[in-house]
Amino acid sequence: MIDLCKVTKTYITGTVEFKALKDIDLQIDRGEFVAIVGPSGSGKSTLMNLLGCLDVPTSGEYRLEGHSVNKLTSNQLADIRNTKIGFVFQAFNLLPYATSYENIEVPLLFAKVSAKKRRDRILELLALVGLADKLNNKPTELSGGEMQRVAIARALANDPDIILADEPTGNLDSKSGTAIIEMFHQMWKSGKTIILITHDMKLADQTQRIIRLKDGAIDGNGNLA
Amino acid sequence: MPFQIIKQFFNDMRRQKLRSMLTMFGIFWGTCSIVLLFAFGTGITEAQIKSQKGIGENIAIVWPGITAREFKGLPRGRRIRPTEDDIRLIKQKAQSITHISPEYSRWNVKMKYSRNETIRNVVGIWPEFGLMRNLIPDYGSRFINNLDLSKKRRVAFIGNILKEDLFHEEGAVGKTVMINNVPFTVIGVMKEKKQDSSYNGRDARKAFIPASTFRTMYSFRYVNDFVIQCPPTVSMERAKREVYEIMGAKYRFDPDDTEALKIWDTTRGFAFLRNFFLAFNTFLVGIGVATLITGGIGVTNIMNVVLEERTKEIGIKMALGARKSAILSQFLFETMLITGIGGILGFLFAWGVVSGVGMMGFEDYIGVPRVSLFSGVLAIVLLGIIGTLAGIFPARRASNLQPVQAMKLF
Ligand SMILES: Nc1ncnc2c1ncn2[C@@H]1O[C@H](COP(=O)(O)OP(=O)(O)OP(=O)(O)O)[C@@H](O)[C@H]1O
Ligand SMILES: [Mg+2]
Repeated sequence: MIDLCKVTKTYITGTVEFKALKDIDLQIDRGEFVAIVGPSGSGKSTLMNLLGCLDVPTSGEYRLEGHSVNKLTSNQLADIRNTKIGFVFQAFNLLPYATSYENIEVPLLFAKVSAKKRRDRILELLALVGLADKLNNKPTELSGGEMQRVAIARALANDPDIILADEPTGNLDSKSGTAIIEMFHQMWKSGKTIILITHDMKLADQTQRIIRLKDGAIDGNGNLA
Repeated sequence: MPFQIIKQFFNDMRRQKLRSMLTMFGIFWGTCSIVLLFAFGTGITEAQIKSQKGIGENIAIVWPGITAREFKGLPRGRRIRPTEDDIRLIKQKAQSITHISPEYSRWNVKMKYSRNETIRNVVGIWPEFGLMRNLIPDYGSRFINNLDLSKKRRVAFIGNILKEDLFHEEGAVGKTVMINNVPFTVIGVMKEKKQDSSYNGRDARKAFIPASTFRTMYSFRYVNDFVIQCPPTVSMERAKREVYEIMGAKYRFDPDDTEALKIWDTTRGFAFLRNFFLAFNTFLVGIGVATLITGGIGVTNIMNVVLEERTKEIGIKMALGARKSAILSQFLFETMLITGIGGILGFLFAWGVVSGVGMMGFEDYIGVPRVSLFSGVLAIVLLGIIGTLAGIFPARRASNLQPVQAMKLF
């Protein structure tokens, strides 16, 4: 379902060009649970942003479910981000002024879900991540683990096929981290494709496949488990 | 979607109370000052023109004079004193004069009603005088008419102050007032008017009687002056010229000798006043435009800061599937709502100030300030355009970024 062919990403800072990704070839099938590991600065987040359609490659082709992403309009990309992909960030990226409830509501609003269905879905998701009693708390009134659970609920809102998580446990202690990873396993069992960036090899070892990045390139044969 | 936008707006308002308030205040202030400027500007202009017009529109007053030039063997220094016959002659001959009336006047005449006595001017005129000089009869009364004139009736039209002096609260019409110990029936009382230029005193303190009656009582040979009026389309210069020519032919003086008859052309005052207020209003418009520009720059700045701060939010929303149009319409709606609320509040506030001042009774100095809807709408529309442009361009810049760029810009 995900197919990268000779994808590169070059950042230009002033006059300095930096190749963050070099000729990446990568396939990920529906229902896989994949970990991306590698040293800091190796290009993991850059790769993840491309996969999530949050950024565009400098060259090469990215095919998502057979469609070439380069050729999609900005509205089509927005709809993909809205319904096909759920993104979980290391820094949570919740809207600071909105409550848990309202944060989870955002992708539902963009998907034009009716008010009644939104309400049911949000309450269901809050129960799923164990925050039914925190629906009116704003991010500042939540712990780090709780914020990340709100973010996961938000990523799941429109029931996307793909969950992308960029170091979701990076800002959490090991206990809440374990709980979060447990959630990803449940999502995987329910049929979702999961791609997880982590520094923690213990977590990576629990996945089906590990992709190692080094200096912007895949180290070894990334497509092997 | 609109509901969502409104909800988002109030979220943002909560979060950005200070900024929203400042922006709104900028609009409020701009609208308010423009509406006030225009309201007082028109009020003052109208008050001035109205009190100038109190003496009458397009009129000139002609007094006897002394020739200053020799003419066809006649020496200078001759007195030229028009009679009522001359005035009939002018009325008959002059093309550019629509109304004319002699004015006989007698100063310090004793007037009496029951025990109330006062000393005022009495003036003998033709019925046209009332029209020309804006002597408008108050409700239930009338001015002197042609029948009064031809029958030499002893009827009087009295100024409103004279009426107060003689009758106090009592109704005057139909009552008999003694003028110079001769009984006159009051047929009309002048409606109060503004008059800031005059000759022989204010109309409000005079008693007007038919010219024929006046002559029977005082046997004047010459008129004290006469009043001419020309249509608005005709220059008073032409009317004056005709007076000099007709009178010059009859009394043999040089029609260019402006000393032979002294003429006060009140339209010259209007011309000055009109120019003055044209300048005044141009000045106001200048201030208004400057205020708008200042307000607009304020709004632009604030919206720019708001957007810089909110680029991350835009990034997050795009990552969650917001289309460009959703982002843009949210900002557009916000800017317009802020502008709209600020503008309407400013307009209402200005309205309040104007009504408050209107009730305080400064009409004599500043007139009755009137809020012009046009100025309010103009201010709001202009500020709205500025605000919208100010909001839409940075929002477009932000929404054209890749989501990840927007998120990182913070
Ligand atoms: N916007 C950018 N402009 C310029 N260079 C960038 C930009 N984003 C990332 N880079 C560079 O690209 C390289 C890869 O960055 P990336 O964030 O993908 O690393 P990472 O593997 O996620 O690291 P970490 O584990 O620390 O998160 C880094 O050297 C970084 O400096
Ligand atoms: Mg990273």
